[in-house]
Amino acid sequence: MNVGLFIPCYIDQFYPNAAIATLNLLSKLGITVKYPVNQTCCGQPMANSGFEHLTQGCNELFIDNFAEFDYIVSPSGSCVLHIKDHLHSPTAEEKASGIRKKVYELTEFLTDVLKVDKLSARFPHKVGVHQSCHGQRGLMLAQMTELVAAPFSKPLQLLKMVEGLELVELSRPDECCGFGGTFCVAEEAVSVKMGKDRVADHVNHGAEYITAADMSCLMHMEGILRRQNSKVKVLHIAEILNAE
Amino acid sequence: MSSATKDHAGLSDIFNKDEARVDWHDETLWFVRAKRDKAAHNLPEWESLRETASLIKNNVLSNLYNYLVEFETQAQKNGITVHWAANAEEHNRIVHGILKAHSVNRLIKSKSMLTEECHLNEYLKNNGIDVIDTDLGERIVQLAQEPPSHIVLPCIHKKKEEIGELFHEHLGTPKGMADPLFLTAAAREHLRETFLTRKAAITGVNFAVAETGEFVVCTNEGNADMGAHLADVHIACMGIEKIIPKRTNLGVFLRLLTRSATGQPITTYSSHFKKPRPGQEMHIVLVDNGRTTQLSRPDFRNSLKCIRCAACMNTCPVYRRSGGHSYHTAVAGPIGSILAPNLDMREYADLPFASTLCGSCSNVCPVKINIHEQLYKWRQVIVKEGYADPKKKLAMKAMEFTLSSPFVYKNAGKAGRWFMKHAPFTVNNKLNLWYQQREMPEVPQQSFGEWYKKNKKA
Ligand code: SF4
Repeated sequence: MNVGLFIPCYIDQFYPNAAIATLNLLSKLGITVKYPVNQTCCGQPMANSGFEHLTQGCNELFIDNFAEFDYIVSPSGSCVLHIKDHLHSPTAEEKASGIRKKVYELTEFLTDVLKVDKLSARFPHKVGVHQSCHGQRGLMLAQMTELVAAPFSKPLQLLKMVEGLELVELSRPDECCGFGGTFCVAEEAVSVKMGKDRVADHVNHGAEYITAADMSCLMHMEGILRRQNSKVKVLHIAEILNAE
Repeated sequence: MSSATKDHAGLSDIFNKDEARVDWHDETLWFVRAKRDKAAHNLPEWESLRETASLIKNNVLSNLYNYLVEFETQAQKNGITVHWAANAEEHNRIVHGILKAHSVNRLIKSKSMLTEECHLNEYLKNNGIDVIDTDLGERIVQLAQEPPSHIVLPCIHKKKEEIGELFHEHLGTPKGMADPLFLTAAAREHLRETFLTRKAAITGVNFAVAETGEFVVCTNEGNADMGAHLADVHIACMGIEKIIPKRTNLGVFLRLLTRSATGQPITTYSSHFKKPRPGQEMHIVLVDNGRTTQLSRPDFRNSLKCIRCAACMNTCPVYRRSGGHSYHTAVAGPIGSILAPNLDMREYADLPFASTLCGSCSNVCPVKINIHEQLYKWRQVIVKEGYADPKKKLAMKAMEFTLSSPFVYKNAGKAGRWFMKHAPFTVNNKLNLWYQQREMPEVPQQSFGEWYKKNKKA
């Protein structure tokens, strides 16, 4: 199985540990992963700001870097969703459509493709799970509370395999954290308020860590937690699934 | 309201100055959303009801012309006078014309968002006609001289103490009295007299049935009925998208509407109006006001399926924390942010950006409108049509340049994590909007790319 690792720009620059954990976790599960070194960004920040027409450079680069793989895996639901929904190319549309079909967010790759049913991970802490919107509602990583349908959650399914980990219940299991890409500065007041409320739900239920399958939401919540001098930390789900 | 702050971000900033109020607003609406969830989960067939409603509306939008003509024919047979209005102005003129013909200078109205959209109250007032809104919430915002902030709960932004204050001032209730029951009774008393003395009544329309030429008005307080039954002239105002093909379709929508809106199984009153009673005149005004334009935009036509239940507002985490007035348009929230730019792209260019695209709205919507996808699409249109902020344009160009080239990206990263330097959403030239209330991420010693190069073969 030929797997390409797609590490979004902000993880590359700010959260290399999440990327390293993703790589190590996949290796542990027997998957050889290749990281195409010329990758930059999926183009989502531009597209969600209304500048999708400026993303062609990013798209072509993405296609050059990833077209050859059987699977493309990334520790960021939101970037994966962007690729799935919006990667196109006037010159290589066939490759683009191939990529849209074989790009996976890490937890769905683990549950749906590798069908992981046990992990040798240990993390004896109280953990709150933030179900990031793009992953949950866009990629259907988990059932949403709006729908009348059977509940499930791919991230939770995996976290339940971690020894010693205690999940905390939240009052609002799938409320948005307010990051929203450029929304977090364009609508600063509302974004911050949403982040504070999201963090409070975890903290009030005794979480020591907040985790998610999307580092961008965690980056936002971390910014708020640290401003509050809170002891609560954020960790990408790969770091927990890989913890010993 | 100064024009400098008249965009969603600026107005929400003001709303957020009072955090306790934001909490209260958020919790009140979340309570409604939770009630909706309970009501929906009590019906195992909920998702298929949504699908059916969506299909019926698809049919309506594809055959709008035919259904409208059928409705007109049937309504006329029933003795209803049918009027057509191309836009808000024409709608207001038609209503005014009917009132003038009857020498009416005072009238009562029961909740109609369409008349809000057309600014009818203001128009009539300028023409010397006194309008009284009879639904409690509408009446409260009318006394406060504010527009409704929510399409189903128009005064949801006001606390009961503030309402007590308003009633004290306008209706003479005791100062400091904020008991909801007492205030409701006082309003009723005051309105009862109004009902008995007004000759004309305006109501909205929830559903108009093409097959029978009748229309249905859904209310909880019964004021629409009271007004319409007592008045000599009943004028109903509706957007042309409110049409449904058959009476049998009503069951689907009536089951969805109030469960989605407030979690009730059905509204207290679902009143059918088919023909005027002897001696009464019944008029219906069918209003386009941009709807056919929206119908002709393939990406946005689905927005015309909306049955105005407000579920998308109640679930929207942004709406709950910014308040309806921050949308500066009659229909606030996610659906309003799709409808408004169709009417005026420049004035409402900010609204499609007032969302994190979390997608909760689309999944709560009883007629399955792809709301968050339409918001994304509006952003592309607004930027292409040149309504984007020039500063943002420059920043996006810089981003395009940096991200299109691995070489530039890596060097920029090395030179101090390019994000901090060039991306407007971490660092802004003048003010770092991230940093005002959040810490910046700690910068690691090396990027993942650098780590990979050292530790794995590149
Ligand atoms: S868009 Fe859907 S959820 Fe929102 S008000 Fe209309 S029908 Fe209700």
